Parts: sequence; C-alpha cells; structure tokens
Amino acid sequence: MSDIQITIRDREGATHKIQAPTDMNMNLMELVRTWELAPEGTIGVCGGMVMCASCQVYIDSTHPLPDKTDEEEAMLSEAFFVKENSRLGCQIPLENSLDELEVTIAPES
Amino acid sequence: MIKTDILIIGAGPTGLFAVFEAGLLQLKCHIIDALPQPGGQCAEIYPKKPIYDIPGFPEILAGELIDNLMEQIKPFQPGFTLGEQATTIDHQEDGTFIVTTNKGTQHHAPIIAIAGGLGSFEPRKPLLDKLEDYEENGVEYMIKDPERYRDKKVLIAGGGDSALDWTIFLSDVAKEVTLVHRRNEFRGALDSVEKLQALKNQGKVSLITPAEVVALGGSQKLEWATVRHEENKGDTSEYNIETDHFIPLFGLSPKLGPIADWGLEIERNAIKVNNSLDYQTNIPGIYAIGDVNTYPGKLKLILCGFHEATLMCQSAYQKINPNKRYVLKYTTVGGVQGFDGSKKEAPKAVVKAIV
Repeated sequence: MSDIQITIRDREGATHKIQAPTDMNMNLMELVRTWELAPEGTIGVCGGMVMCASCQVYIDSTHPLPDKTDEEEAMLSEAFFVKENSRLGCQIPLENSLDELEVTIAPES
Repeated sequence: MIKTDILIIGAGPTGLFAVFEAGLLQLKCHIIDALPQPGGQCAEIYPKKPIYDIPGFPEILAGELIDNLMEQIKPFQPGFTLGEQATTIDHQEDGTFIVTTNKGTQHHAPIIAIAGGLGSFEPRKPLLDKLEDYEENGVEYMIKDPERYRDKKVLIAGGGDSALDWTIFLSDVAKEVTLVHRRNEFRGALDSVEKLQALKNQGKVSLITPAEVVALGGSQKLEWATVRHEENKGDTSEYNIETDHFIPLFGLSPKLGPIADWGLEIERNAIKVNNSLDYQTNIPGIYAIGDVNTYPGKLKLILCGFHEATLMCQSAYQKINPNKRYVLKYTTVGGVQGFDGSKKEAPKAVVKAIV
C-alpha cells in the first residue's frame, strides 16, 4: 500500500494534511468526500461525470497534472469563481507523482 | 385539492418505481417535482450516460431507464404536478397531510414519500451586481413560456445544451437573439451545434465568444447588458447591448430546499430514516427513500432506492389499511392489474395429454 500526502484547504479556510491512497482508483473529489472536508451534497454532486463543477479546486502547487479533457474545459467554462489554476477534482486521479500536492476547494456555487 | 394515497416528492427513478410497488398494493400515487419533466437527475443531468449496475440491465442509458420506468408505471395512472416545488406541509388532525407547492397547488394524502434525491434543482445564478433586482423584470433562469419573448430582444448566456437549444428555438420567436459564451466551443449535441452555426451564418442569431456578461442596467426593468468580449487574444473590449431579456443558462444545482424546514431529522443534507424497518422518518407517515435519506451504511445507488421504495410501500399499506392482512404475491403469479383496466399476466401453461 502506498500513500501520498495532500494538503487541502477547505471552504472555511482550514488546512488539512491528508494521507491519500494511490492504489484505490480514487480521485481528488472522492478524497475530499471520504474525509468530509466539504458537506455532502455540495461536492461531487454528479458523482464524477464531469456534469457539474461542484468539485472545483485551485491547484496551489506546481505538480504536473493530466491535461484537461474537452469535457472538463467545457464544464469549467460554465463554472463560477474560475481561476487560471482551476481544475475539477474528479478529473485528478491520485497518483504517486502528486505527493505533497496542495489544493484549495473553490467556493460553493 | 389533489387527493391520493401516497404523495411522492421527486420524480427520479426511486419515486417512479414507488408508483409501481404501490400499484401492486392497489394504492394510488401522485408525484410532485420541481423540474418540468419526470426523471430527476437521470433526465436532467445525464440522460445520455450509461448505467451498468441496474440489475438485469448490463448497460442502459439513464434516459432509457426513465422511459422504461414511465412505461412500467403507466397502468397505475400516477398523477403529476411538474415544474412546481413542494414548499409547505400541514399536519391534519386525522394524521393526514396537505402539501402545498410554490404555485399554490394543494395535495392531500395520508402518506408522504420523499424521494427528493439531492434536492430540487435550482438554477445556478451568475455573480452579477443587481442581478436579483431584475429578476421578474427581464432576468429569467428558465424558459417557461416562449411566447413571452415574441418580438423581444433576448440575450442568452451559457454554452451547454439548454443555451444552444433555446437560442435555436427563440431565433424563430424573438426579434433578436444574442448568445454569449466564455469560449468559442460549445458543449452540446452535435446537431444543435451545427444548427446554431447555420443560424449564425444566416444572420438569425448573433454569437459573441469568448465573452461574458459583466453588468446589467436599466431603470425599473432590464434595458441593457455589458459584455466583455475578447475578440483576439489580449484584445478585450467592453460594450453595452440593448436587450429586453437576459437568460443565463448555467445549469442547475440541487438544494434540499424547503423540505429542510419540515421538522425532519437531517444529517449531512440527508433525511434520517429507520432502515431496519420501513424507511420512515421521525414524523410518522412521512417516509424518505433513495438518495435523499441516510442511515448507517447508506449507499446512494438507484438499485438501493428501488429496494427502499418497495419496503416503504408495504409499510404505507399497513398504515392505510391497519386491519387488513397482507400476503406477498409475485407478479409472475398475480400479474399486474392496472387502474386503467389493463391486465398483464403470465400465459397459462398448456396441460394436455400426449397420446
């Protein structure tokens, strides 16, 4: 079992250092839900189908991430509070290369 | 006043299947849903996405599942109050309930089954100053009566299916239609994108991309919107567009809404129920089934909602008919007898001697 460390700032501004598994086919949105860092019903609403933007996060570190798919680009183009470093958490699988990743959960909209 | 045996709130798969199970027990159902069509998330968010864990269906599109459920419950003639949100509940002295919608439609039933999923879908509003001042005065988030836009100037914002579809539809109705989207690319069915391209080429709609509406203005009612338009990379200008209506279509997000104030025990945006028995809430006669409920070990799966709906109906039957004894009959044995007079049953086996 291999774990990586991810730092997540929640919507209230609190910081959480989370040990995240890389061998469970999990993504960043699911990690936030597992640890209940945002209330149920306000994150991952569509379950990870890239059909809402409730799992939007800002990437605060410089880790290389998978490119945005057309679907993710399109969804973000309709989301609110979008910044240059916005991504959808459901599109970021937890992998070893993301050790010490730092993210902030975007406001609910 | 609409009267029924079980009033179901939410027309998603769980709510629809509850109609079938209730029908087998000769109980009538009426469904309220805030969306204009049945199907809940399956119809609104992901109709074209496949689902792989519906028992007996190796693969089925969410939209097809809803069509199938509608067909399955047809014999039980459910009533629908669509496009209205259940807002208040009044407890009657005899233990029954009256539920009233935001449009004042009243429903009277001895049993309430909340199958509200993640809540009722409310439009996502763009972050614009004075937006709320113009609601009902030029700003609308849903198009209910297209005639309202006849010979008017309409500005639509968004890049998904509903923005595309309404732009195309209103191009025949309104005097002018302008669509503003943050990107040049649109996310929608291919034929809608092609149709829009054709309308643009014919000059029937104006497309402004990549751009966004950044301000609204007008005295008393909406008169103009300010658009920030990036014509070329790094070349951004702001200008005003005269318009009678602004329709931002940025999707819908579910909110538990008024149900949260009905006195039900709520935990993490879900309604607590008794899962060891019948999925009843802390208020006798009110049940919660499907994604809207919570209990130890809860899984938000459609197949779990079907199970919960089935047990809920048994409990509702006992509550409505306290003196009747009930024995479960398989549909293969008893068939399905609709309230519409239809009857489905297994064909009789042929018993004949071979000589």
